[in-house]
Amino acid sequence: MNNNQQTLAHKPASSFIGAIGAIVWKDLVAELRSRELLSAMLVFALLVILIFNFALELDPLTRRVATPGILWATFAFAGTLGLNRSMAVEKDRGCLDGLLLAPVDRSAIYFGKMISNLAFMLIVEVVVLPVYSVLYNTNLFNPGLIIVILLGSVGYVAVGTLLSSMAVQTRTRDVLLPILLFPVVIPILIAAVKASSGFLQGLEVTEVMPYINLLIVYDVIFIAVAYMVFDFVVEE
Amino acid sequence: MKPQPIALKVLNIVSVLLFLAALGMVFLYAPLEATMNYVQKIFYFHIANAWVGMLGFIAAAVAGVIYLIKHDQKWDIVELAAVEISLVFFLIAIVAGSIWARPSWGAYWTWEPRLTTAAILEMIYIAYLLLRQGIDDPDRRARFSAVYTLVGAISVPITFISIRFFRTIHPVVIGTNSAASQGSFDMTSKMLATMFFALFTFSVIFVNLFWHRIRLGQLAQQVEQLKLEELQ
Repeated sequence: MNNNQQTLAHKPASSFIGAIGAIVWKDLVAELRSRELLSAMLVFALLVILIFNFALELDPLTRRVATPGILWATFAFAGTLGLNRSMAVEKDRGCLDGLLLAPVDRSAIYFGKMISNLAFMLIVEVVVLPVYSVLYNTNLFNPGLIIVILLGSVGYVAVGTLLSSMAVQTRTRDVLLPILLFPVVIPILIAAVKASSGFLQGLEVTEVMPYINLLIVYDVIFIAVAYMVFDFVVEE
Repeated sequence: MKPQPIALKVLNIVSVLLFLAALGMVFLYAPLEATMNYVQKIFYFHIANAWVGMLGFIAAAVAGVIYLIKHDQKWDIVELAAVEISLVFFLIAIVAGSIWARPSWGAYWTWEPRLTTAAILEMIYIAYLLLRQGIDDPDRRARFSAVYTLVGAISVPITFISIRFFRTIHPVVIGTNSAASQGSFDMTSKMLATMFFALFTFSVIFVNLFWHRIRLGQLAQQVEQLKLEELQ
């Protein structure tokens, strides 16, 4: 155990931010040791890209149109894998009960899990983007695109964390999460795909702004909703 | 088992009579539409079904919120009833709409905001039912369903808006047969009267079915309790 971790672990989690930090730290350290979740997400993401290559015959012309869609489909699929795993680990080893017993606000657990899920998703995206750029000879290094990916991932993870903590407590668990999640995150996918393709095609910022606004609105609304209802999801 | 209350029995009869009257109005009172002829007749029930679906959608969201506040199992029954009714009526509306769309738009389906949103809403309802199926504990089932109804109720309007955006910013380029240009028509006052009568009729049918479904839910709950008592 290094010093940093020790101080965090021993500090009474009285402050809300402190509790969130402790959960995020726990998840990141656990992941750093096992590398189960990230490796699965990454391999899966690359496989999805590979499948799209054959499914869509990605010649240069198709690529220009299809890239944003492929990227977001990949992120969405890999995202469910990560969300499922991250909550299943808590549930299976009884960690969730431990977290619930901790004298902190329940919503701190939600935000902690959400931020660590977001971190995993962003790591996957950081790896996928350059790989995609190299494989398909497309330049994806665009500041606008990075903002879209950040906003889209926040919204996706905000709803995803809430729904995955519901899904792990059901009999059908892993199967259920994508079914619950996808119809609800469609606004994110629509707005993110449209905004990404806008930036990649070099459209004016004013033309892309409505989608960016939509993403921000979605993020704010769903973080607020999840914050309000998370108590009901983990209550025993 | 308690017999149906008198008011419900009366409502059953009223619903049937109103339905027959609405059917009569559609075929005998409302004039034929000039270009679409008989096909347009489906419009009255199509819109009425969608309206009932909408009512159910709102009722489910309201019941879900009340459940989360009050933690009373009866609101869970109300919520499930509303979701099931809304699921069925939206499905009828979609099918009726497709039948109407084929001759007037030339295709059963277009990815138009209303159609797409209705389809996504159906998906959310199916997911809702699958979620309920996967949970045995009635209290947890009620809590999770209420949360999911709430999430769905907020996301569906946003979905609608986002698809709208998507159409207005990038208009349909291939062909000019967008949803608005084909299949719209001017309604005469008789057509309007028929439409509103159909809406009213289906609202009454909605109340009637809702009542029956809530009653069924209560009975199911009683059976559940009797089973538990038997086991103990």
